[in-house]
Amino acid sequence: MSYTMTISPDFKPDLISGWYIFNTWLQKQSDVAIHINLVNDFSELAQCIDNDSIDLIYANPCDIAKLVREKSFEALVKPVGVHDETVVITHADNPINAIESLKPSLKLAMTDVPDVNTMGTIMLEPADINSCDIEAIICSNYITVAKKVVAGEADIGFLLADAYNEFSSLVKKQVKPLITSKIDVLHHALLLGPNLQDKKSLLQKCLIMMADDTKGMAILNSMEIEKWELMEQDEAEILIDLIDTLSPYSN
Amino acid sequence: MQDMKIEDLASDNYEETQLTFFDAKQRKIFYTEIETEFPEGCLIVSRTDLNGIITHVNKSFVMMSGFTEEELIGQPQCILRHPFMPPAAFADLWETIQKKEKWHGYVKNLRKDGGFYWVYATVIPNIRNNKIISYTSVRRMPSAKKVAECIERYPTLF
Repeated sequence: MSYTMTISPDFKPDLISGWYIFNTWLQKQSDVAIHINLVNDFSELAQCIDNDSIDLIYANPCDIAKLVREKSFEALVKPVGVHDETVVITHADNPINAIESLKPSLKLAMTDVPDVNTMGTIMLEPADINSCDIEAIICSNYITVAKKVVAGEADIGFLLADAYNEFSSLVKKQVKPLITSKIDVLHHALLLGPNLQDKKSLLQKCLIMMADDTKGMAILNSMEIEKWELMEQDEAEILIDLIDTLSPYSN
Repeated sequence: MQDMKIEDLASDNYEETQLTFFDAKQRKIFYTEIETEFPEGCLIVSRTDLNGIITHVNKSFVMMSGFTEEELIGQPQCILRHPFMPPAAFADLWETIQKKEKWHGYVKNLRKDGGFYWVYATVIPNIRNNKIISYTSVRRMPSAKKVAECIERYPTLF
């Protein structure tokens, strides 16, 4: 029987090959047949989750609630020391230098990455700006967000901090960060679905030992992950509670 | 919960009062007018058990409260209660979360050194198998305008 793995669509495109090599490695180590099915965006991912067509997923923290609470997924491992943080940028020439100086009726460039948008929205609260005060321009990737801000089509933009840090100096000169989150608690995680639950211990063992093996370490490097560490189910529940707390839409 | 200690205060210019909590326990409070600004981009995160006893804090919580993590774990969340805060706000909080709903509010918190910091707080009940097992609280930087409104309104709620 073959199982399907997918990766949250917010991963960096240049890491695709690393994930394919990782999948080949994991199949060899575990003797479990796994097929990778990449999705283009979060709406396609939501459809896959709804259709129960995923067995293994490297998930954005905002998707973990649905996967665990509605689809009976279990936490497997998480990357060590990797946290999702958000930067709110504006044009370099904008006289505004602090979030508190922003005014309502903002044009906001953003991707569909849910945890980045949640953190970004929270960071606008000190300026009394909420979703009603914003005209959102949805972009397909972070560089498009920056381009919208540079072109003056958007007043501000939400970026994953890692993506901002990797922008060229040319792009960085044309924008400026107004605020960067230092939340330290939101992270992606590898989760497994009900069909794979009898393989949980096996897969966990392979993944935890991955950094001990030279080849495994090289693959981790190609995915920009230092090593995997065990993630208890309670930790996933805590992450879900935290996202629930931060979400402007849940009651 | 122990009374505050004068030697922990950041200033000799302080006021003294006695707080009485919902369970009739009392604590001697010393407080100053020294404000600590909320650090940009940070979140204060904590969890408590059903009795409001702190079971988890993050680094920002430790930094802003002035306590060590060891001093905080096992203490009631009301160790942060500032005498400026009307008891009605916390009664509303408990009533809301015990109904399995999310609570939001602006809170002036007390530091170990007698100073204070304002937060915008959200508290949710952590529900497993339809039962509340604990509470998560996240506090973030508040709007200065909303804080100014609370400074006007809270004294009228006593």
